[in-house]
Amino acid sequence: MEQYFGKAVKRVEDPRFLTGSGQYTDDLSLPRMAHVAMVRTPFAHARIRRIDTAQALEHPGVVAVITGQALRDANIGSIPPGWLLPDIKTPPHYAIAVDRVRHAGEIVAAVIAESRAIAEDAALLVDVEYEMLPAVSLGSAALASGAPAVHDEAIENVCFRWSIGDQAAVDAEFDRAAKTVKLSLRNSRLAPNAIEPRASLAQYVRASDELTLWTTSQNPHIHRLILAAFVLGIPEHKLRVISPDVGGGFGSKIFQYPEEVIVLYAARKLNRPVKWTARRTESFVSDSHGRDHESEAELAADDEGHVLALRVKTIANLGAYLTLFGPVVPTYLYGTLMNGPYRFRAIHCAVTGVFTHTAPVDALRGAGRPEATYLLERMMDRMAQELGQDPAELRRKNFIQPDAFPYQTPVALVYDSGNYEPALDKALTTLDYKRAREAQAALRKEGRYLGIGFSTYLEACGLAPSSLVGSLGAQAGQWESALVRVMPTGKVEVFTGAHSHGQGHETAFAQIVADDLQIPMDDVVIVHGDTAKVPFGWGSYGSRSAAVGASALKMALNKIRDKAAGIAAHLLEAAPEDVEMTGGQLHVKGVPERGKSFSDIALQAHLAHNLPEGMEPGLEATHFYDPKNFVYPFGTHVAVVEVDPETGRVTLQRYVAVDDCGPLINPMIAEGQVHGGIAHGVGQALLEHALYDEQGQFVAGSFLEYAMPRADDLPLFEIDHTVTPSPHNPLGVKGIGETGTIASTAAVANAVIDALGPFGITHLDMPFTAENVWRAIQGGKKAVA
Amino acid sequence: MYPSAFGYYRAASVQEAVALLGEHPDAKLLAGGHSLIPAMKLRLATPSALVDLGSVAELRGIRQQGETIVIGAMTPHREIEYSTELAKTCPILPEAAAVIGDPLVRNRGTIGGSLAHADPAADFPACVLALGGTLTIQGTAGGRTVEAADFFQDMFATALQPGEVLTEIQVPARQPGVGMAYEKFAHPASRYAIVGVAAVVRMNRSVCEEARVAMTGATSKPTRLTKLEAALAGKPLDEATLKATCVNVVSPDGLLGDHTASATFRAHLTDVFAKRALQRAAERSTSR
Repeated sequence: MEQYFGKAVKRVEDPRFLTGSGQYTDDLSLPRMAHVAMVRTPFAHARIRRIDTAQALEHPGVVAVITGQALRDANIGSIPPGWLLPDIKTPPHYAIAVDRVRHAGEIVAAVIAESRAIAEDAALLVDVEYEMLPAVSLGSAALASGAPAVHDEAIENVCFRWSIGDQAAVDAEFDRAAKTVKLSLRNSRLAPNAIEPRASLAQYVRASDELTLWTTSQNPHIHRLILAAFVLGIPEHKLRVISPDVGGGFGSKIFQYPEEVIVLYAARKLNRPVKWTARRTESFVSDSHGRDHESEAELAADDEGHVLALRVKTIANLGAYLTLFGPVVPTYLYGTLMNGPYRFRAIHCAVTGVFTHTAPVDALRGAGRPEATYLLERMMDRMAQELGQDPAELRRKNFIQPDAFPYQTPVALVYDSGNYEPALDKALTTLDYKRAREAQAALRKEGRYLGIGFSTYLEACGLAPSSLVGSLGAQAGQWESALVRVMPTGKVEVFTGAHSHGQGHETAFAQIVADDLQIPMDDVVIVHGDTAKVPFGWGSYGSRSAAVGASALKMALNKIRDKAAGIAAHLLEAAPEDVEMTGGQLHVKGVPERGKSFSDIALQAHLAHNLPEGMEPGLEATHFYDPKNFVYPFGTHVAVVEVDPETGRVTLQRYVAVDDCGPLINPMIAEGQVHGGIAHGVGQALLEHALYDEQGQFVAGSFLEYAMPRADDLPLFEIDHTVTPSPHNPLGVKGIGETGTIASTAAVANAVIDALGPFGITHLDMPFTAENVWRAIQGGKKAVA
Repeated sequence: MYPSAFGYYRAASVQEAVALLGEHPDAKLLAGGHSLIPAMKLRLATPSALVDLGSVAELRGIRQQGETIVIGAMTPHREIEYSTELAKTCPILPEAAAVIGDPLVRNRGTIGGSLAHADPAADFPACVLALGGTLTIQGTAGGRTVEAADFFQDMFATALQPGEVLTEIQVPARQPGVGMAYEKFAHPASRYAIVGVAAVVRMNRSVCEEARVAMTGATSKPTRLTKLEAALAGKPLDEATLKATCVNVVSPDGLLGDHTASATFRAHLTDVFAKRALQRAAERSTSR
């Protein structure tokens, strides 16, 4: 039989995507469907004095205009956060603002009409009278005394104060440290910009009192749970959530958004299907943003460069409202990652979560871990610079050694496995590090400024087990489900609680099934994204699909194999333990010529004419898999940049990535994830900035202003892998969807600072736009040309 | 994105386009549409109707008449970018075309659309100004020609009157001793010019007889750098001269600035890109 695991099988889903045959939410159209245009406030902070909808209602083709008060009158609830921290403030987040708007782009009314064009025309006729209030957009500014309050219940705009680690132990290490370095770092805000904008279509069937929501979700069951039980207040079984083809999420499609509430409410109220699709300009101001930290960090080391302790204070800008994972991203997904792959004696990380008059901030590809990696890797470089040591060798001497696992860090996590040096060595070899440094030195004499930057990152993904995350405040489990249903002809349907919005589950999961059951991949179909079909599952985010979702699948497949072996043993008149499967046949060990194919067994299971005593008919298995631990991908990324000292322009010349995500199910898909991840992280370092001005106006609200990385901004990536399997899941696999983003921002930043070394620059905040770099050069020491 | 409702008319000739504009005073001409249609989607432009010039064959094409190159207003950027003729006779235009937007924009966008729209960050206006081009305009009263220097009046404002159609662009064919180059610092998102400098120099042996240098991106309309031009006349365009003259070419006062590039930075970039454009223009003047 063909072996699929580890092969670069072409993606099953690509023919439909490449030929425009995908079915995205906006492609769906239902009879009598009405369309919504949202009236969004242009102001960051204002009191709503009056909303006059009369003129809009009179506009021909308008069906209804919905206000926040109408939702309140209908007892539509607030959208709750999904993670609670001690003493956290959780002010209500209503789908439509009632009396106050708290960020530019917040919805103040929804106009429903026969066409979107009519709805947009009428939206301009909704007359909202505002009383302007002062606004604040920067986290530290929101904490300052006298800053405008975002929510009355959050004193000084503090949502929570959280910390992890042993402060006294850190202080003691700093007292005896030979060397300390300190940096103030800003981690810039990003907009997610999935290629498919968010969209929602709701349908109500009056006869059964059932609602169906087609929406751009990474986790339809979470949507159903929260929207039904917490927001609409309807029985969970009266809402079906379908997430059809979804064009990218990067975290932004995890959360429950106001627009989903609005279409569900309107569809039921009007007894008509109602659809909304974000315009790109709406996406910029209404999708949850990512990052936005202001940090003070101090690193202590001995005189040889062995790190001792890390002290971090971070202000995390949460935006105007808490969305689903808003509280966990800058805390448990951030502070726990401060240890990286290094041997620290002590770490303390204190985070203040702050409300501001900006769009909510939540998970974005990497979610907390890029922020932690950026900070830690910048600090490692700063220490290397301070000690005059090579940044690669400083990292090497601090690596946790391969025999030290499981490894307890000072910030809660227990690393299950790791072997960091081979990845570093592979990267150095690929780069030809010695020669790269020589070239850098030679070019500096010609007035050219190259920089080499490292990021020896460590990621924790596939959050687990559920009992642990529950103890940390999660209002969710973190297991995953898989249902394997074998048909009488031996074809297989798999229902996974994981969700693919670009990851290629229909291919990678089918590879696992085909191998396990020794059937062709064509005999397998992977079904996801429909609460009416799939058992409860938590969806895909935090690089959990392979480690958790595919592990659940593997466990369900074990049950199928066991039952199939039992049936085969019965038919072959042998003991089940004497039956094995080779070449697509179940047969008695050593007697391959007399066997039963998997489809023979499937048929017998369904006919049930001759099953072992007491065995149930059918061939179907479900498994709910709750992992024992996180998985811990790691690797070394190296960026080589050149800075044009005349213009400040940074060019990324080379990029080497060596990642360890355990065994690769499909190397092509893994490589694609690495490519996209690197581009995403490079985007943050060099180009992207979801910038608000001090008054809370979003100043980069279109692709004319917001610079996404493009092909010609990037070199050909040089990619390689090491393989260190996770010891605790059945496939040994770890996540790969976020590694590129987690690693690359820091690698590029370190490269830029390395290039600017001759100008006496030791730190500069992202993004490294031409003007930022040029100004730094002007302010720095003059280089000797 | 949803524009407000508008009428649509496809003109078959310049004459018909002029007539349609007469009938629909609030109509806008549609060329490649890469500026107008986004503006309509954002409702920054709300024309009552569009008069589409896409089918007007007489507006498309590149030809040479004696010492003059004539380019139809509806010639797409891509045709200019890949024109082997222009590569010899007016290489600054293919060079500028190649750095407009991306291939999709270049396939649709037209030189006439770019000039008539007069975006302060567009690439072609500075080139046509530096070349000393003229523009031919048709209206109900017949045709007229306007010097590029008089055509660009302000941000998005030109000498075009209501009801008029820009039909042709004339630029001089390159003479012996003339070199030209366009250097641009592109906006990382839009790829419009943060600063673009077009330089056309006439050299006699190694001495600059005339330099025509125009900038875009940082001024409300394409602007000749007259002070720099005067400083270069009669000088060799060597490294030392350019380094000495391309200093504080423009004052940051009054320059455009935003969060991506301040006026101060744009003034600095003008020095850098003027120097780079002149350097290459001078090099090319010898490659006859």
